[in-house]
This record gives sequence, structure tokens and C-alpha cells, in this order.
Amino acid sequence: MTGLKVESLKKHFTIGGGFLGGKARTVRAVENVSLSVALGSCVGLVGESGCGKSTASRAILRLEEPTAGRVTFDGIDVASASPAQMRRLRQRMQFIFQDPYASLNSRRSIRKTLEEPLKVHGIGDPAERRDRAEAILSEVGLPQDAMDRFPHEFSGGQRQRIGIARALVLEPDLVVADEPVSALDVSVQAQILRLLDDLRDKRTLSFLFVSHDLGVIRHFCDTTCVMYLGHVVESGPTQEIMDDPAHPYTVLLRQSSPIPDPANRVDPPRIAGEIPSPANPPSGCPFHTRCPRAFAECRESMPAAKEIAPGRQVACHLF
Amino acid sequence: MTALLDIRGLTTEFRVNGRWHAAIQDVDLSLAANETLAVVGESGSGKSVTALSTLRLLPQAGARIGRGEILFEGRDLAKLSERQMAKVRGNDIAMIFQEPMTSLNPTMTVGDQIAEVLMIHRGMSHGAALNEARDLLDEVRVPDPARRVTEYPHQFSGGMRQRAMIAIALACRPKVLLADEPTTALDVTVQHQVLTLLDDLKRERGMGVIFITHNLGVVAQIADRVAVMYAGEIVETADCTRLFANPAHPYTEALLRAMPRVDRRADTLEPIPGSVPSITGRPAGCYFAPRCGYARPECGHHPVLGPISGAGGSDHQARCILRAKAEEAA
Ligand SMILES: Nc1ncnc2c1ncn2[C@@H]1O[C@H](COP(=O)(O)OP(=O)(O)OP(=O)(O)O)[C@@H](O)[C@H]1O
Ligand SMILES: Nc1ncnc2c1ncn2[C@@H]1O[C@H](COP(=O)(O)OP(=O)(O)OP(=O)(O)O)[C@@H](O)[C@H]1O
Ligand code: SF4
Ligand code: SF4
Ligand SMILES: [Mg+2]
Ligand SMILES: [Mg+2]
Repeated sequence: MTGLKVESLKKHFTIGGGFLGGKARTVRAVENVSLSVALGSCVGLVGESGCGKSTASRAILRLEEPTAGRVTFDGIDVASASPAQMRRLRQRMQFIFQDPYASLNSRRSIRKTLEEPLKVHGIGDPAERRDRAEAILSEVGLPQDAMDRFPHEFSGGQRQRIGIARALVLEPDLVVADEPVSALDVSVQAQILRLLDDLRDKRTLSFLFVSHDLGVIRHFCDTTCVMYLGHVVESGPTQEIMDDPAHPYTVLLRQSSPIPDPANRVDPPRIAGEIPSPANPPSGCPFHTRCPRAFAECRESMPAAKEIAPGRQVACHLF
Repeated sequence: MTALLDIRGLTTEFRVNGRWHAAIQDVDLSLAANETLAVVGESGSGKSVTALSTLRLLPQAGARIGRGEILFEGRDLAKLSERQMAKVRGNDIAMIFQEPMTSLNPTMTVGDQIAEVLMIHRGMSHGAALNEARDLLDEVRVPDPARRVTEYPHQFSGGMRQRAMIAIALACRPKVLLADEPTTALDVTVQHQVLTLLDDLKRERGMGVIFITHNLGVVAQIADRVAVMYAGEIVETADCTRLFANPAHPYTEALLRAMPRVDRRADTLEPIPGSVPSITGRPAGCYFAPRCGYARPECGHHPVLGPISGAGGSDHQARCILRAKAEEAA
């Protein structure tokens, strides 16, 4: 298969124990994530704070070592790739970070920021690298005089453009973007989304796009995966998921997402309680402590993902 | 409807590089009992400065209220002594701040923090205040309040901390609540719980609530009336239903078109070019002109906030020459 394929990805952290004392505990940040991103498509990963979106995207790119699971890109197993294959994969898969303030090196000029990745990957001579940096800078809508300036001289939206340019200068096939517009005002958010739309149309780019905002996901992604407490609980075509959510958690998320239409004030079920900690996850279905439709079986056994329509998977005992 | 709080012509200035610049300018807002007024606008539009000026919580140096009246129950708060003002802050008008994590004291239990307010402002004994603190936590729907009252802020989740902040603000039964982005840091499911809570409390207590946010979706869910701010000025005000059905100011319209919506296909997402000007860099004429798709030479005159044409009997105002009521020209 071409593109990215993630199967039963797991990432656990151990906290406590050792020098700091206390009992060592396991944080099950990512428990079971399977998804695929076909060439040229855009897959959204959505869920609330702490559900494991960032951890999953970092483990997919092996910025952190996964605990278990398989990640392949164009059929190449990322875990057993040779050093030469891995170098090539690193070039083909790039990351855009949430925080345009923290993710750029403040002492590096924009020119250096953009030429450095090319140098690291041994691409081109100095003149070619300069040309490519200049081309990508105008492609993300920044003036050439930005080249010799430093990150602090730019606004949040401009810095996010620089982060996008840095990811794209290597001409990757896949971009993993972790909340790339969450820190921005609506007007600037729309500017960046429009830029990403244009770039996607011009190149053959695939995206794994992380967000907690269903509106942003609806705008940008063909396919959506909904995460709760380390699990993908529902996945399928974005439009179907937004217009007709199936999993009780997706229903809650959809009904809680504010819509700019006062005629449409909704009153979702008043659920009690907070999201449980991944250091102490509930038994059975991870959502049963807050689910308005939970029944006895939900406390005992974990529902398996089931195909309810073509390309549509739901992990819930109701289906 | 008589106003509970009536802000007229409020102008607040900051000193930047030795010169005074207006952060907010000629702000008129009125709030009735049992009403939620949303103030919406992008970062830097002057929402927090408006709330802080109302309660006179501006920095001591380099900031001043230049002009305007803040009428509350017939008194002008701008003219009160600091001692009188402290009383108003504790008893009549309460505020929930933008950063909940920094406004709670990490070394004190949540119960003691609520009790302290009750002891100072309502003269209660420690025991009675702790009991009342527990009831308040219950009222803001913190589960298991008897246990929670003895816990520290770090033992609370983000949503529960925000509810604890609301409990502190409500402790003295204020008539007006100023809530500055009270749900922005929260997840949508928790945000919805807090919005519902504020709406219930407003009804139950007949409070006036000024709700500050940058999210038009949240405005549509909670507001009775809306004021849209841009570059320190109110550019449009209308009741909530009307504002969303018939936005009059090009900025309001642009904000709505820039927002990706979960309920419909959004092929129509339209960015607003440029960004909000800083307080030292506001253009001459209409402040929105450099970003406005309808701008024309007449926009070089600074427009006033006034009734729009076609508003019918409603109190719908905008600050735009295109929408100014024709009778003024006639
Ligand atoms: N290095 C780490 N050590 C221990 N726990 C961690 C570590 N990194 C993440 N976690 C925990 O794993 C869980 C998932 O975190 P993650 O950052 O992936 O969530 P997220 O979905 O990206 O949330 P957000 O929307 O807030 O960014 C959280 O409970 C977090 O506290
Ligand atoms: N102490 C200060 N000194 C100088 N300028 C200030 C000061 N405080 C605020 N400002 C300026 O006043 C303007 C309005 O700021 P304010 O904090 O009210 O914006 P806001 O609408 O609350 O934005 P946000 O959504 O980011 O909270 C901004 O341009 C800001 O930079
Ligand atoms: S399995 Fe049970 S608890 Fe889980 S989402 Fe379905 S109904 Fe709710
Ligand atoms: S006055 Fe002119 S520039 Fe300002 S909002 Fe109206 S049309 Fe646009
Ligand atoms: Mg994250
Ligand atoms: Mg603010």
C-alpha cells in the first residue's frame, strides 16, 4: 500500500519510581491507534486534551519510540528500515508544530532555518539551497526581505508560515501537523488554512492533521479519526462523522461544539464527571464512566472496532 | 429596560514610549439585570482592557482612564475613592479572569480561598464560611463538594478550577459578573458545561453578565446581546439573533466568513487579510479600512457608531459609513 499505515500503535510512559521515589506508574497515553493516510489525502485526528493526539503523532514519526504497533510508509516498516531508508523517510515525512513561538530557534535567521534541513539531507549546492529557500518563502506568502530576519520579529501567523515553509522545503510526501492553527485568531487561522489548502492542491501532499476543533477538521480533512483516552473510537469520511456521528462520544463532541447560529442552541446530555486519567483508565469501554448510554457490558469488556458502513468504523457495544 | 451598568464614552489610555495612546476609545455598553452581553473580537481588540477599566483594575503606572462614565446604580465608579471601589469589587461586581491557573492560590485549599472572601466581605465566621463554600461548590456543580472543599487547586482539573473561580466570584452574590474568556482554555465538552452553568446562574440570580470571548460560536450559544469590538472601539451592537442573521459591519461579516463551521461544508472559508493594528499604529479614518473589502475614499473620515438603515424597531448599531442611516444625510 502507498502512503502511511499505522496498526495498533501503543505508547506508554512510566512515571515515578527510580530516584524520585514513589511507585512507578504506567501512563497509557496511546493505547490503540490504527489509521491510514493514502497518498494525497488528509486525515484528521480529533479529541480532547490529553487523549493522546500529540503522543500518537510523535510516535508515528518516531520522534518518540512506540511501545508497540507497526508503522509503514509505502510498505517500508519504519521500525526495521535500514539507516539509508530511514534517512530518506525522514525527508519524506515532516512535522508542523502547534506553537509557532516555541518551535523556531530564536537565534537562527529565517534563511538558516530554511536552508539547514536541505544541508542536513545533503541536498543541492549552496546556490540551489538558496533558490529553494527563496521559492518556498514566497510560496508561503512571506516577502523575501524576511530571509535575514529572526523569529521574534514576526507575528504568530507569520511564524506559523515559517514553520510550514521549514516543513515543506524538503518536498515531503506526508506532513504531520499537530494543531497548526490552534494558537491563532480566527482571521489568521483562516489565512493559514487557506495556505495549506493551496499547497495541498499544488503538490501531492498527504496530511495527518491534529486538532481539537471539529470545525477546522471538517474544513480540512477527508477522513476523521476520533480519539478518546488513547483509543480511536470512531473513524470514517469526515462529512458522515460530522452530520451523523455514531459513537456516543462523537455525538457528545459534535453537540458540544459551538455553532455560530443562535437559532441552533443545543442542549447535549448533561454528562457528569471529567475525562479519566490515562494513568488509571477505566475497565471495559474507556468512555463508560461518562457515557449516557452505558450498560452493564460496557464496564466489563472493551468493544472492538466494527465496520458499520463502507470505510466507517465504530468501537462501541451498541453497534 | 433600565440598565444595571451603563458605560458611557469610556476611553482608556496607556503610555507607550512617553506618549499616551488609547487602547479603548468611546466605549458605550449597557447591561440589564438577567442579561448576558457578549463582547467579541480578535486578540488585541480591547476586551480585557474594557473589563479591567470597569473595575478600575488597570496597572497603577502608565495607564489611565482618559474619559467616560461607569454608572452603576446611579453612581459613577470612575469617581469613587479606592476604598469605595474596593467595596464595589467585593460585593456588587465580580470578575473571572482570563488565566484561571494564575488567579488561584496554589498554597491554600479551594475551600479556604472561597471562605476568605466570605469572611472579608460578609463578615462570616470561619466555620460558617466553610459551610457556605461547600454549598457554592455544589452550586457550580463540582462533584463531591464536601471532599473537594479540602483540596488544593492542583488536585482540580482545568474545568473544575474554572468552576472554583466562578464560585469565588459568586460568593458575595454580585449583581454583575464580568467573565473574561472563562472557557477559552477548556475542552468543548467542559466548555459546554460551564456555559450552561453560567446561563443557569444568570437566570436563578437575575445577574447581569458581561461575557468576553473571541469565539462567535460561543457568543451564539450564550448571549442575549452582542457588542463586536475592533481596534479598541465597538463597531457593531445588536441583539444576538439579529447580529447573526443580519451582520451589518463588514468586520462582523468577515469574522463569520472566516470561521470554519462544524455544521456545514466550508468551501467558503474566507480569510481576513492583515491583522489588528497595535494601539500605536491605528490608521487615520476607519480603523478597519486597510482590511475592508468595501473600503472607499469616504472611509478616510472616522465613522461614528449609529443606528443602521433597515434596523426596524431594533436597537442595531454599526460604525460604518455604508450602513449609516440615510436620515442623517437627508
Ligand atoms: N513524556 C510524558 N511522560 C508522561 N506522560 C506523558 C508524557 N507525554 C504525554 N503524557 C501524557 O499522555 C497523555 C496524552 O498526552 P498528549 O500530549 O498526547 O495529549 P493530546 O491529545 O495531544 O492533548 P492536547 O490536546 O492537550 O495537546 C496525557 O495524559 C499526558 O499527560
Ligand atoms: N499595560 C499595557 N500597556 C500598553 N498596552 C497595553 C497594555 N495592556 C493592554 N495593552 C494593549 O491594549 C490593546 C487591547 O488589549 P486587551 O488585552 O484588552 O485585548 P483583548 O481584546 O483582551 O485581547 P485577547 O483576546 O488577546 O485577550 C492591545 O493592543 C494591547 O497590546
Ligand atoms: S461501549 Fe457502552 S459505554 Fe462505551 S460508548 Fe458504547 S454504549 Fe457507551
Ligand atoms: S467605514 Fe468603510 S472601511 Fe470602514 S468598515 Fe465601513 S466600508 Fe469598511
Ligand atoms: Mg497535543
Ligand atoms: Mg483579553
